[in-house]
Amino acid sequence: MERKVVYPHLVLPYLLLAPQLIIIAIFFYLPAGQAVWMSTLLQDPLGLSVRFVGLENFEIVLSDPAYRETIARTFLFSILVVVVALVPALFLAIMADRVVRGASIYKTILIIPYAIAPAVAGALFLFLFAPSIGVISWPLRFVGVDWNPRIDGLDAMILVVLSSAWKQIAYNFLFFLAGLQSIPKSLIEAAKIDGANAKRQFWTIVLPLLAPTTFFLIVVNVTYAFFETFGVIHSMTQGGPGKSTEIMIYKVWYDGFIAQDIGRSAAQSVILMVIVVALTVVQFRYIDRKVHY
Amino acid sequence: MAASTGDTYRPKGYWVPHVVIAVGILITAFPLWVAFVASTLTLGQISQAPMQLWPGDQFWVVWKDVLEVGGGGGGRIITAPVSTMMWNSFVMAMVIAVGKIVISLMSAYAIVFFRVPFRTFFFWMIFVTLMLPVEVRIIPTLQVVSDLGMLNSFAGLTVPLIASATATFMFRQFFMTIPDELVEAAKIDGAGPVRFFFDIVLPLSRTTIAALFVILFIYGWNQYLWPLLVTTNQNLDTVVIGLAKQIDTAGGVTEWNKVMATALLALLPPMLVVILMQRWFVKGLVETEK
Repeated sequence: MERKVVYPHLVLPYLLLAPQLIIIAIFFYLPAGQAVWMSTLLQDPLGLSVRFVGLENFEIVLSDPAYRETIARTFLFSILVVVVALVPALFLAIMADRVVRGASIYKTILIIPYAIAPAVAGALFLFLFAPSIGVISWPLRFVGVDWNPRIDGLDAMILVVLSSAWKQIAYNFLFFLAGLQSIPKSLIEAAKIDGANAKRQFWTIVLPLLAPTTFFLIVVNVTYAFFETFGVIHSMTQGGPGKSTEIMIYKVWYDGFIAQDIGRSAAQSVILMVIVVALTVVQFRYIDRKVHY
Repeated sequence: MAASTGDTYRPKGYWVPHVVIAVGILITAFPLWVAFVASTLTLGQISQAPMQLWPGDQFWVVWKDVLEVGGGGGGRIITAPVSTMMWNSFVMAMVIAVGKIVISLMSAYAIVFFRVPFRTFFFWMIFVTLMLPVEVRIIPTLQVVSDLGMLNSFAGLTVPLIASATATFMFRQFFMTIPDELVEAAKIDGAGPVRFFFDIVLPLSRTTIAALFVILFIYGWNQYLWPLLVTTNQNLDTVVIGLAKQIDTAGGVTEWNKVMATALLALLPPMLVVILMQRWFVKGLVETEK
């Protein structure tokens, strides 16, 4: 951890640290502290006065059936995004790992969606699945599926899950491919000699060795689904129809900016903060374990 | 025999991965192709279900229109020209990427190469910001930015996002691998910390910088929530925000040909960065985040 040879200067290192520390003090710690403080305040309906109410905002928020539904919906949404983003990525990576000729071209094309903003992916999918004119919704109607994400909550949920997961497949693919390529070929050879077929090789060698990568990707994708999909929801469905695609991050924004309910929005921010801390801790325990391997 | 025909030996089922990957590529490319086709058609052609899947002749008309005039629902112009918005996105992405790299290089250098009291404390202070994404502190952060008079400015768009725990951590990890002998030799040759940084550390960090640049440029370009909050002046809209504004979610007319042209323009720069810098990016991404 410590270097043996270092420079002894007194002022320079502080000057070097100053910009970063000033920015995080002003834009991270101060507002985060304020978010915690605001979550304990209640504003009167006219916005004329505020009073300290302790944990009342949390009580109100957490006992609100609408918020509980939003929590449940957020978990459902995140699980779906993680599954839809991980499974095809793993499958594609396994296939790409077997390819010799053309592998680098395949890889280049498959990672492109990583560069695409969630909101842009949302726009592309909104068009593909537009009720009457969409290139995909048209054949759907042909086979008798009455597809309309503007009216049907389930259709809307499917749409935001697909758009959110699509761009994430690229990212997961890269990690799975790197994980697969680090598995020693001798292990696979040995299994083949012992007569294990492809299926058995996958379940007994490949998947267990990919477990750390998979775990890491689950954490990253859950974080993505919780926070970065705001752009997808905001640009595609605005949480609708009804509340059927309203996830927690969207509700924080909505309650704070549209409904102007600062105290409750702040309480929700704090709840989200707790979730981020938990996710980060889980992620680091994993990294720790890897280091001690 | 395979060898006698001049062909290489192919195991049974060798084509399966190619077919699966072809399907994967199709799923990746199809939305982009449909977007491109739509951007070359008239609105009338698009609403003729099923829409044709080969390009029409409106490419120049539509793309010129969005770049120079902008787009909006039902013929109303409600966004700035896309060229303006692309410039905004570009400035934002560049300032964020370069800014994050510069201040993270500085702090990592201070933490690793100096005997600073409380340096572990500083490191953790920077590191914990990973747990405070904009999303969990939006209202108070916006309040701070507003108090500082930074709303509707490039400073407001970029400065609050410039701190970077990830970049600081990556540079710190890399700096730890620079051998003590190198520092020793530099000191004996009379190189002070500034000289050592520019002559030795910076050139050695090139790969890390390139990898970070790709990730951070995309991060900056693809921002959504933050520009949505900080700017109300449409001349400062980024192209991702402008794109969302063009879509009428209330049920009115959406000019899909313009929306799709804008979407393609919005994804082109980050896509080019990923493709052109793929080597560093893949290496940096996979090695650092693991």
